[in-house]
Amino acid sequence: MITLKNINKKFGRLQVLQDVNLEFKAGECIALIGPNGCGKTTLIKSILGMVLPDSGDILLHDESVLKKFEYRNTIGYMPQIGRYPDNMTISQIIEMIKQIRNSKKELDEDLIKAFKLDKMSDKQMRTLSGGTTQKVSATLAFLFNPDVLILDEPTAGLDPLAAEILKEKIIKEKNKGKLILITSHLLSELDEMITQIIFMQDGKVHFHKTIKDLLESTGETKISKSIATILKEKQHEQNN
Amino acid sequence: MNRIIKIVLLDILKNKIVVSYALILALLSWGSFMLEDNTAKGLLTILNVILFTVPLVSILFSTIYIYNSSEFIELLLSQPIKRKKIWISLFAGLSIAMFLAFFLGAGIPLLLNAPGMAGLMMLLSGSLISIVFVSLAFLSCILTRDKAKGIGLAILFWMYFAILFDALVLFLLFQFAEYPIEEAMVGITASSPIDLARIQILLHLDQSAMMGYTGAIFKDFFGTAIGLLVSFVLLVLWIAVPFLISIRKFDRKDL
Repeated sequence: MITLKNINKKFGRLQVLQDVNLEFKAGECIALIGPNGCGKTTLIKSILGMVLPDSGDILLHDESVLKKFEYRNTIGYMPQIGRYPDNMTISQIIEMIKQIRNSKKELDEDLIKAFKLDKMSDKQMRTLSGGTTQKVSATLAFLFNPDVLILDEPTAGLDPLAAEILKEKIIKEKNKGKLILITSHLLSELDEMITQIIFMQDGKVHFHKTIKDLLESTGETKISKSIATILKEKQHEQNN
Repeated sequence: MNRIIKIVLLDILKNKIVVSYALILALLSWGSFMLEDNTAKGLLTILNVILFTVPLVSILFSTIYIYNSSEFIELLLSQPIKRKKIWISLFAGLSIAMFLAFFLGAGIPLLLNAPGMAGLMMLLSGSLISIVFVSLAFLSCILTRDKAKGIGLAILFWMYFAILFDALVLFLLFQFAEYPIEEAMVGITASSPIDLARIQILLHLDQSAMMGYTGAIFKDFFGTAIGLLVSFVLLVLWIAVPFLISIRKFDRKDL
């Protein structure tokens, strides 16, 4: 569904993405993990057209998305830190995005109800806590029933109850055959959701494996432990 | 009307600063006409006020507004909207707002008290000057990510065009007083939008006689239909060029 071909990106002298080649298929739920500053968010923003790669190509349904914009109709994006105009209320933000998208598709308002946003729809964005802002971001990402969901650290800042609601929603959408891309540091949370894992380091893709392969190759039962095993092995190699 | 322009425009009009700006302009314009005994004097007073305050308010308000819209821009970027459209809509929204404020504040008293060519000229130049400085605001915003630097740059732009440029021209005039530089002065005038507007209005007020020989040369050039056309084309270029540079940069910016 989405293909990245030889993506390179430099910020000044810093190489943030180095020859990244990846392929994502519909119905997968893919976790993008790696240390801070390894290029996860830059990769996601390149797919969204917010960061423009220096070289390489990004394809959605075998069509290049560079310098295009219509394709974003099929993508729902939840940013790591949602930033919204301060003086607009929750309902105004949602209404504005609806107007801008002008979508004729049926809207998916499950999360508005699940997060009880309808009860505080008159609150201004600047008065909201970080977690509530995240809830608004999540709602907007799922609102238009997109085929691709890109979630940057979705559960960071959410209380356990809200995180659970969001996780259930993600699993539900995955089962509908959507492509879901998640970046996260909370490996323990990913266990029930994801089908594939991509590990990035210093702007390079370290590995891209299905969960089954990963668990088999390391002989562990939990994702977090198998990643830890791989990291230890790598450190061991470097020390020698 | 384009949805984003509408959202931007409503947001600006809700902002009380633009409303108070219009009110202050109205106060100044009505006041000048009432205090001076003839319209030409009134127009001259307004001219000085307009050429000083309108650029300042336009460029400062727009620069700060664009920086404060960074969240809004980011939000729109993840939506299916063309990058250029976001930037153009912001520009259109701000330009319409600044024009409306100027028109309601200064335009109405001008049309009522000085319905002649001079009044119309002032209205037209004032509107163009408003938009020129909105365009310069877009340029200063895109040149730097840092809000303090961007606003500083905007203030420098205004200081240069409203104060420094005149000082430079005076300096040149005195330094080269022995040489026939009157025609060169016509060319130099084109490099400041404020002076272009000032000369057009002064010529229509028949005050150019006070400017001596240079005034006569100016009248020969700017007073003709072609001169009028050239100066308005130049003002439009002052709108187009900074904005086009900024939109090119915005299209290639990583956000």
